[in-house]
Amino acid sequence: MVRGAVVAVTRLSENKKRLAVINILRQTLGAKRHFVLIALLLACLPLTAAILPEDRFDALYHYYSGGGVDISGPSLLFRKQVAAPVSMSTHYYVDTISSASIDVVTQASPYNEERTEYGLNVDYLNGKSLLSMGYTTSSENDYVADTVNIGISQDFFGDLTNISLGFARGSDTVTRSTDNVFEEQIERRNYRLGLSQILSKNMTVTLAFDLTSDEGFLNNPYRRYRYATTVNNALTESWDYERYPGTRTSTALGMRGLYYLPYRAAIGLEVRQFSDTWGINAQNWQLFYRHPTAMGWLFEVRYRQYSQNRASFYSDLFNAQDAQNFMARDKELSTYSSQTLGITASYGFNTGAISWIERGSVNLSWDYMRFDYANFRNASVNRDPAKGPTYDVGKEPFYGFSANIIQLYLSVWY
Amino acid sequence: MRLIPFIFVTILLLQGCSIEPWVMPYERARLADPIMLMDPNPVSSSYLNHVYQARESARGAESGQGGGCGCN
Repeated sequence: MVRGAVVAVTRLSENKKRLAVINILRQTLGAKRHFVLIALLLACLPLTAAILPEDRFDALYHYYSGGGVDISGPSLLFRKQVAAPVSMSTHYYVDTISSASIDVVTQASPYNEERTEYGLNVDYLNGKSLLSMGYTTSSENDYVADTVNIGISQDFFGDLTNISLGFARGSDTVTRSTDNVFEEQIERRNYRLGLSQILSKNMTVTLAFDLTSDEGFLNNPYRRYRYATTVNNALTESWDYERYPGTRTSTALGMRGLYYLPYRAAIGLEVRQFSDTWGINAQNWQLFYRHPTAMGWLFEVRYRQYSQNRASFYSDLFNAQDAQNFMARDKELSTYSSQTLGITASYGFNTGAISWIERGSVNLSWDYMRFDYANFRNASVNRDPAKGPTYDVGKEPFYGFSANIIQLYLSVWY
Repeated sequence: MRLIPFIFVTILLLQGCSIEPWVMPYERARLADPIMLMDPNPVSSSYLNHVYQARESARGAESGQGGGCGCN
């Protein structure tokens, strides 16, 4: 009798939780036609336990150098379970930037600046659901960004499947250090759907779908586009501030798969397809291999390839000033491809000497990147015949650059 | 006729109710190995995603989160 009552109460409780998940889905998706099917799926799935993330501390130093830009700084993450169902994390991140990039060289003077980011995240284990919410703020001398995010994840099918939903809303303030009056806003919204699936005892895969929309002042307040002018029957170049559309919506679908090899090592593949309302389509894939050794070392090597086509309003050289409504000459909006080759060496250790530390690892990582642009020309080439060979406007060689990225970090679990 | 696809999908979903885990908990030793973690170093992957986001138009559907405008 008592056992039957307990089962009934448990079922009642689980039904309430299913209804709560369904309500959140309904509010997030807002698509009534599809809601019926999703509700059906959830109603018949067994709910199983979720767990909180592990307590850990990470301290990282990063260094980037390439294309005339040097960026370095620390990054810290601290995560701690503060109560039985609650885990909190906070992070701190700094970019110290010294820039003489191709845009800066052709349009302005080299500069130094610093960006600082703080974040706080809370994960709450409510019965069998993991709810999370967070806040991140980032500031530099001419840009402030605030983002809040909420999410829910749930395990199904005896922990073989995990489905997650997320929503983030950001608000940015853009200013121009050379203009005290200039101030613009950006509103951002991001919707995320994730699926993690164990396929076999050797293989697991994740799928992620992101929809992001931006509204406001979306271009760089300093960058200018290039247009052709004629002086004394000679073709020359002039510059004016870029103009971007006030909205942008993008979708991205990504997949990552991991396979445990017949010996103790893992191989992984990551692919992603991206498109947006500016006409950009991008694809990238990455292959990586992880190999541990008996001495406590873990090595990872990876190769990544990325390519995209240009935005519809991008041109390296416009025919005239105000030739069209929207005009951009940002190399990130051009047609180009990039390759990255990276390696990480990690040494794991167990600390018997310090009782409150469970284990840790020291990691050193190096990535080499190469960018080759297909319709972004190097406008910083020599224009003075007295100083050597010159190029006509619009006939300069295409731009390209290499970059090196170093990361040194310590991770401790306690 | 419009109900046929709906009924078909409903039957498929109801079949899902009877799905048993095809990888039992005692068969997940390899999946529990740290080398099989999707994102073993979140601080590092978050940083690398930020590097990519600042230099590429594509965004979203990656394993970590970045931030900032990444101008230039």
